[in-house]
Amino acid sequence: MSPTTGAPSRVEIKKTYKLYIGGKFPRSESGRSYEVYAGGGTSGAFLANAAQGSRKDARDAVVAARKAVDGWAGTTAYNRGQVLYRVAEVMEGRRAQFVAEVRASEGVGERQAEALVGQAIDRWVWYAGWSDKYAQVLGGLNPVAGPYFDISAPEPTGVVAVLAPQASSLLGLVSVLAPVVVSGNTAVVLSSEHRPLPAITLSEALATSDVPGGVVNIITGRTAEVAPWLASHRDVNAIDLSGAAGAEGVAWGDLEKAAADNLKRVVRPAGTGPEAVEPDWTATPDLSRLSAFLETKTVWHPKGR
Amino acid sequence: MAKFEYAPAPESRAVVNLKPSYGLFIGGEFTESEGGSAFKSISPSSEEVLAEVTEASSADVDRAVDAARRAFTGTWGRMSGADRGKYLFRIARILQERAREFAVLESLDNGKPIRESRDVDVPLAAAHFFYHAGWADKLEYASLGPNPRPHGVVGQVIPWNFPLLMLAWKIAPALAAGNTVVLKPAETTPLTALLFAEVCQQADLPAGVVNIVTGAGATGQAIVDHPGIDKLAFTGSTGVGKMIARAIAGTRKKATLELGGKAANIIFDDAPIDQAVEGIVNGIFFNQGHVCCAGSRLLVQESIAEEVEARLKRRLSTLRVGDPLDKNTDVGAINSKAQLQRITELTAAGEAEGATRWSPECELPSKGFWFRPTVFTGVSQTHRIAQEEIFGPVLSVLTFRTPHEAVAKANNTPYGLSAGVWTEKGSRILWMADQLRAGVVWANTFNKFDPTSPFGGYKESGYGREGGRHGLEAYVTTGDTK
Repeated sequence: MSPTTGAPSRVEIKKTYKLYIGGKFPRSESGRSYEVYAGGGTSGAFLANAAQGSRKDARDAVVAARKAVDGWAGTTAYNRGQVLYRVAEVMEGRRAQFVAEVRASEGVGERQAEALVGQAIDRWVWYAGWSDKYAQVLGGLNPVAGPYFDISAPEPTGVVAVLAPQASSLLGLVSVLAPVVVSGNTAVVLSSEHRPLPAITLSEALATSDVPGGVVNIITGRTAEVAPWLASHRDVNAIDLSGAAGAEGVAWGDLEKAAADNLKRVVRPAGTGPEAVEPDWTATPDLSRLSAFLETKTVWHPKGR
Repeated sequence: MAKFEYAPAPESRAVVNLKPSYGLFIGGEFTESEGGSAFKSISPSSEEVLAEVTEASSADVDRAVDAARRAFTGTWGRMSGADRGKYLFRIARILQERAREFAVLESLDNGKPIRESRDVDVPLAAAHFFYHAGWADKLEYASLGPNPRPHGVVGQVIPWNFPLLMLAWKIAPALAAGNTVVLKPAETTPLTALLFAEVCQQADLPAGVVNIVTGAGATGQAIVDHPGIDKLAFTGSTGVGKMIARAIAGTRKKATLELGGKAANIIFDDAPIDQAVEGIVNGIFFNQGHVCCAGSRLLVQESIAEEVEARLKRRLSTLRVGDPLDKNTDVGAINSKAQLQRITELTAAGEAEGATRWSPECELPSKGFWFRPTVFTGVSQTHRIAQEEIFGPVLSVLTFRTPHEAVAKANNTPYGLSAGVWTEKGSRILWMADQLRAGVVWANTFNKFDPTSPFGGYKESGYGREGGRHGLEAYVTTGDTK
């Protein structure tokens, strides 16, 4: 029996995605979802439904992230490096899916999408290698003028809220996420509003790698709606505002002001003056993102016989 | 046994030559204010007027920022690091040469014991200039990133508890990195900063590299809000720190904030008790407890609490409270009437909330602002005296049973500046040091400072570090030139 002329050979399953909180994939407590279209606009082909995260979802994610801090920060640096490298391995296995989603989300060609995914995977590898090195680079012995052993070493600051870049849906996301978690911080990520699919697929990769639940939490939805609750949240230690660039209805200065309530460490978006621009994520990173979410602890002890 | 009384041993005031009034140090000269008013700086130990000082207006701050900008683009920003370093070495030497003068003036203006200003504040201030002088031509070796260079004009607002030392913490790294400075000393302690301005002249520091504008909150606000300021450095209360963070939100101004604290000083049952008692006393009664990192919460393991308490009280009975210029004095005057009121209010709350108050017998001078060393026992975590920064000679004693409980109690505060641990067990020290959410952990010691050692807080104690390679980072920008 032949199919009716003009009908598809197989009825496609339209996807409705969920959030990633505490290692699980819940729907938004609000029950809302929104449609995602090709190219990150509103006129392209329909790609999928994404969960539209709410204030409550953001708070749940902070609770999950806080709960995960002690365990993740307490693992050895060597172990965290292994876990990050494993993320790269899992992503490598799902390359084709990432390439397709980056291509659809960003409207780039096949070759460029492949390059971007390759760089995103390589970025995990780059940061994985830093896990047991930055403490020596950034810390050290202080030669004080007295009979004391005095040493300074970096520690993770705790829970970090991350506004993921709006345009660079995967490479940008990995470029801001990996430097947060490599040192033992946990993250609550607000994905690109109109290009969330690579972030959702990344959460699936994270869930099937060795990253403990709660270390990375990913919320999809409206940046302008959810970001203020993360910026003002008293149990968030730091916030990366990179994704404020190009986000509809988001004034990063307002978010920074809200963050001052508990003196969060703030990474401002790139740009000059009040303008926020999305940087070129293909550029080789340096240690600045990693060190932005570290605290220096100095310990003194007397020397004596 | 007969008790010998101490004879008075006052340090001479003759070394200090105060002018009756001071202008603002802008562009290398002392200048009159434009529209600002004057206020008096008094000695908190006697309420004697020491000098009249200018309250800088926003027009004065404009002039100071302009002078700093001209110095940055004209001389200092173009000078070789080696030459900048030589100016800093000069300043360090002059501070050493005039150390006694600075120490006496600091004790007069601040109320702190001469023993501390002479042995701690002034030598450490000089050491900060020596340390940072050496960095001036070595920035590219500091692993701060590619192409390290200054921000430009730095605005600095400092507190009254260590006036000259905080000035040194701020100015030395700023200048070493090639920035120029507009600094506001605290309202109640402007005099050593003005004497430092004379040192800048004596060192032939190019005009405008250091500008000192005296004043109160409004002057500080004018600095914070000034569009010509590239970077801010503030030491003071967490409340003001948050205001500054809000004020610069949405701008490209950088800031480092060194704010309040409520440090736990944790004594385990295997600690050397006599050493620990000295550490407790140094932790909270050093500088009248006007120390952001003061060990204001004593956490004692329950099994030794009684013994520690008894020995602590015996030791406190030997503290000498009085004339800051007397070389035998251990505890000086409270810095201001306002601060005395705050300490009085919080200690009253301590009693009202049910803690037990104790102070040694000691006679206080009739004039000036004084507060007896005070210990509260039976303090619970919810008491205001266990939560709020008192910034005075007041110790709150709490107990614990297990290391985990000590950590939970120590970290139960929005602050995270410092902590102390006393135990003979090495592995426990290292475990505790890992667990404590504080920027500085003193193990079997307390209140130690050094120019090479980064200092600064976690959480609401602020961000950024001062001292060492880490402190330099705040005054340097890196990466591509934009």
